[in-house]
Amino acid sequence: MKKFIGFVKKEFYHIFRDKRSLFILFGMPIAQILLFGFAISNEINNVDIAILDKADDKNSKEIIVNLKASKYFNVIDHLQSEKEIETAFQKGKVKAVVTFDQDFARNLQRPETSKFQIITDATNPNVANTITNYINSIVVKYQMVNLQQDPPPQLVQSESRMFFNPALESVYMFVPGVMTVILMLVSAMMTSISITREKEVGTMEILLVSPLKPSTVIAGKVVPYIFLSLINAIVIVLLSVFVFQMPIEGSIFWLVTASLLFIITSLSLGILISTLSSTQQTAMMISLMGLMLPTILLSGFIFPIESMPYPLQLISHIIPAKWFIIIIKSIMLKGVGFSFFWKETLILVVMTIFLLGLSIKKYKIRLA
Amino acid sequence: METTIKATNLTKSFGDFTAVDKLNFEVKKGEIFGFLGANGAGKTTAMKMLIGISKPTAGDAVVADYKVSTQADLVKKNIGYMSQKFALYDDLNIKENIQFFGGIYGLNAKLIQQKYQQVVDNLGLENYVKQLVKSLPLGLKQKLAFSVALLHQPKVVFLDEPTGGVDPITRRQFWELIYEAADRGTTIFVTTHYMDEAEYCDRISMMVDGKIKALDTSKALKKEFGAETLNEVFLKLAR
Repeated sequence: MKKFIGFVKKEFYHIFRDKRSLFILFGMPIAQILLFGFAISNEINNVDIAILDKADDKNSKEIIVNLKASKYFNVIDHLQSEKEIETAFQKGKVKAVVTFDQDFARNLQRPETSKFQIITDATNPNVANTITNYINSIVVKYQMVNLQQDPPPQLVQSESRMFFNPALESVYMFVPGVMTVILMLVSAMMTSISITREKEVGTMEILLVSPLKPSTVIAGKVVPYIFLSLINAIVIVLLSVFVFQMPIEGSIFWLVTASLLFIITSLSLGILISTLSSTQQTAMMISLMGLMLPTILLSGFIFPIESMPYPLQLISHIIPAKWFIIIIKSIMLKGVGFSFFWKETLILVVMTIFLLGLSIKKYKIRLA
Repeated sequence: METTIKATNLTKSFGDFTAVDKLNFEVKKGEIFGFLGANGAGKTTAMKMLIGISKPTAGDAVVADYKVSTQADLVKKNIGYMSQKFALYDDLNIKENIQFFGGIYGLNAKLIQQKYQQVVDNLGLENYVKQLVKSLPLGLKQKLAFSVALLHQPKVVFLDEPTGGVDPITRRQFWELIYEAADRGTTIFVTTHYMDEAEYCDRISMMVDGKIKALDTSKALKKEFGAETLNEVFLKLAR
């Protein structure tokens, strides 16, 4: 035990004296979470639009005022004819054009014939969709309030409610994803690099010749990173709660437990990588290409798994991150108890045991 | 004389390939034993078995009173090892390195402190104690690595090409350290590619294709092969 503590102490010297890895350890999570939270967003704000108002009557003017009043849109141009619509888009100045026909007001009573059109720049389909929805909802709201049509007679009104993330804040979606990526990166990449560094420098040889057991060496390398990764997870959660007002609906206990489990999964992946590579560079490349990309692309973090081609869906099953994201989304956003995510937890546990077993076996083979 | 290393038909094969073929030799206490051979002759494989990180396929060796086949853990406790990379932790200072390596061999804090002082005094490292090992001159690093390998007073020290990349003067100084250790009764088992270095050894063994083809003092070997230098002996054998 004393030897083990000495080993862990030495490991912390390495970490704290290496500015580069220290930066990756603590700078990365903060940078990423702020980046994803502020910059990358599915919401739209301050979208520039243009108006082609042929009706030029009370109703159309009021709708335009409503559009201007919302924080989502800036009306930056008033077009004179249909011909100008395409050039406006081509110049890239506006993302949408709203047109009102001459007999707009008359038709407003009968929405199915209403001569009102939203034209969007669909080079980014998601944004185009969102813009259309927002404008539509502003117009419908205007109809309901000002024309006392409640709801407009022939129109089937669908009322949608967004569960678990009512305001559709994209940061809610990104926090679990970023947390997953960071934990994976820190745990797997940093451990695999730090183990291969010992191989490269030659100290691993000395350790193997010493009376230390291989399991002590591995545990000694891994324990500091469990500790640091856990701190990282806490920093991410604190940031998302205090900077982005993200709620944590479920139990903190399960959040910590699940994170710990996922950290261990990633660490065993890291050990496995270190047994496969003899240089730090190889370890880093394998970690980045072999772990980071699938974690980002196939875990459901950014792209929904349901809409992937079937073979990719199959592959996504073996990505530990996928299961972890499901678990922490359940805990943080849905606030459900263990009975709702025990299956995913079990899958992670089995994966971890398998990976740990495999890497210990590989490590032993190297020794023989 | 006491024996510290005794190999009996020590063999290692990988599938059909026999890397080390029935080695038989003895090394006495306090002896400096040169272990020579061309690259690929099986030196490293043999050494790995002797230091307890690789199990023999057949035969056995007793190192520091323990069998490498069954008591590898005890062998490891009683030997020291230094590789050609002088592997110390670059980002730790001298004291932290000594604390770590002393610690993994189970030395207590008091003894470690004592050893640290001793090493600093012996090697004249007073001016370097505050620095990380990274910034030490190569020669000092090598001497420090050797002292660290001796921290737990092993019965035998294995040196794997300990002087690679070091200038002749530093090499000479390093050998003085080796002689001192041998005089105190530590057995030295050293592999090298430098023939002048081999001359410093009490006895030399030369390995060719997994077998020891010659084993004697430098003088006797030269006489046996009718050669002027050890280099000639080596070339004659390797062919």
